[in-house]
Amino acid sequence: MKKSIESRTGEADKVHASGSRRAFLGKSAAVMGATFSGGALAAQAGDNLPPNVPQWMKHEGRGLQTQPYGLPSDFEKHVVRAGRRDEVMPGAGSLQSPLQHLRGMITPNGLMFERSHAGIPDIDPAQHRLMLHGLVKRPMTFSMDDLMRFPSVSRIHFIECSGNSSREWRAPFGRSVQISHGLISCCEWTGVLLSTLLDEAGLAPEAKWVLAEGADSAAMTRSVPIEKCLEDARLVYGQNGEMLRPQQGYPLRLFLPGFEGNMSIKWLRRLKVGSEPFMTREETSKYTDSMADGSARQFTFMMDARSVITYPASDHRLTQRGFYEISGIAWTGRGRVRRVDVSVDGGRTWREAQLQEPVLNRAVTRFRLPWNWEGGEALLQSRAMDETGYLQPTRTQLIAQRGLNSQYHYNAIQSWKVTTGGEISNVHA
Amino acid sequence: MSTLKVAIGIAAALLTASSYGQTYKFGKQATAKEIAGWDIDVTPDGRGLPKGSGSVSRGKQVYDSTCAACHGAKGEGKPADRLVGGRGTLNTDRPVKTIGSFWPYATTIYDYVYRAMPYNAPQSMKPDDVYAVTAYLLHLNGIVGADAVMDASTLPKVMMPNRAGFHADVRPDTTNSACMRDCR
Repeated sequence: MKKSIESRTGEADKVHASGSRRAFLGKSAAVMGATFSGGALAAQAGDNLPPNVPQWMKHEGRGLQTQPYGLPSDFEKHVVRAGRRDEVMPGAGSLQSPLQHLRGMITPNGLMFERSHAGIPDIDPAQHRLMLHGLVKRPMTFSMDDLMRFPSVSRIHFIECSGNSSREWRAPFGRSVQISHGLISCCEWTGVLLSTLLDEAGLAPEAKWVLAEGADSAAMTRSVPIEKCLEDARLVYGQNGEMLRPQQGYPLRLFLPGFEGNMSIKWLRRLKVGSEPFMTREETSKYTDSMADGSARQFTFMMDARSVITYPASDHRLTQRGFYEISGIAWTGRGRVRRVDVSVDGGRTWREAQLQEPVLNRAVTRFRLPWNWEGGEALLQSRAMDETGYLQPTRTQLIAQRGLNSQYHYNAIQSWKVTTGGEISNVHA
Repeated sequence: MSTLKVAIGIAAALLTASSYGQTYKFGKQATAKEIAGWDIDVTPDGRGLPKGSGSVSRGKQVYDSTCAACHGAKGEGKPADRLVGGRGTLNTDRPVKTIGSFWPYATTIYDYVYRAMPYNAPQSMKPDDVYAVTAYLLHLNGIVGADAVMDASTLPKVMMPNRAGFHADVRPDTTNSACMRDCR
């Protein structure tokens, strides 16, 4: 199962290659926003350009009923999630979101990152139940119809796997920002506040932790502190306006804004209220952060402030001197992004980037900064500051605190090296 | 502030907390039988452990037939997680995290094996077999003897070597300066 850096990156490339334009897009066209060519869909170069009348104006287009559920253009087939293939346990793994192709703050549902531990169950919502029991006055079961009758709330929030960039601790690993940073997404989530259901069941005074359990074959379980359950935890069924995708927990998932993604249990079937953490495998042997002295931090829930430049990034190449709009995403589990600074000289000087409104609580915030590339070497970095005043650390600062064995919660400043030829690569600087 | 203003403030807070400050009576009371079928978690104090027991020797049979194909003949791993060994490696450059070197609670083995293992047939093993394979994994890691028998009474008493190896989150743990020029 172990694969070298080369072959893992190769996997991602193969996925792209199946879209048929990986090489072309990956090298220059994506940066230049050039017209597409190649493939059966295109005619002779120039046939559709002025002064000629384009082919697609000469006959009626496709019928409206040919695609009742709309899909992206065939010219966007390279924009897909990518991850390591696991032949033995194909249901265990992750797929990273193609950050290099995303615009704005919202992740489309089909491009949201995924981490699943034992495959994607196909759950009939009519036969799905949520059980709420333990230290409550009235143990309950709820159908999806029941849950969707409760008052609902919609909020835009990021969700990030705490293993995002886990391979970046020791050496620059991902050749694509998709591989190095792609376990982050941001969607609008609709559902019912968990506190509403806890009121319904009646919490016992000694209630301190809630076990959440999924209906996948891993029966994924995590313990959630009662404070989070009462503050803003939600049981969500809606994602960007439609029902959750199966990959994201259809028909119901827990959602814990700002907390590591693993805790937002997908395919949620059971909530058990207790007085102590349940010490599941996922909160003891996994999802704990190993320190250099051999000890491990446990219950490291919060995702700290972070940012990454997604354009231009390691997927792109600068082919002309002149204006580029540096663009990226920033987020923090501790509230709103206050500010993002960008450096093009490896952190010697910084400029404050523009933040795209709206800047929302625990949501992805897009930042932009105009840059004039004069053809020299550059080292692109971004650093996010959140509303608590916390500033994203350098890699050196992070490792000084945690060593190299931590695996989870890597949030160091990312560096993209630009050569005089315009090639861009993932480096540690 | 007047009593009325305080009352309005409290009412507004309640409204936010529970949406409309009421309960809805949706859902059904869960029956004891329904709960028993789904209540599979096992906690460090032993709550949730069923009746039954299993020996190390029986556990070897279960392991060889059910687990070894993915976890190796002696728990050495590949393709799935390594389960045995690694003691003394946690503070090195390449920590080997296994049941023996890292897991803080023996009860978690029971919980996880029953809920999620074997990978192709979770929640299928009988309690006696889960106890047995748990005993065997503890024995392979040198934590219990060859004659050990695990049950609802003995398993919570097993002291794992890394029981004291975990501590609370201390983040935010880094500080960076918002220097804008001549920073390095």
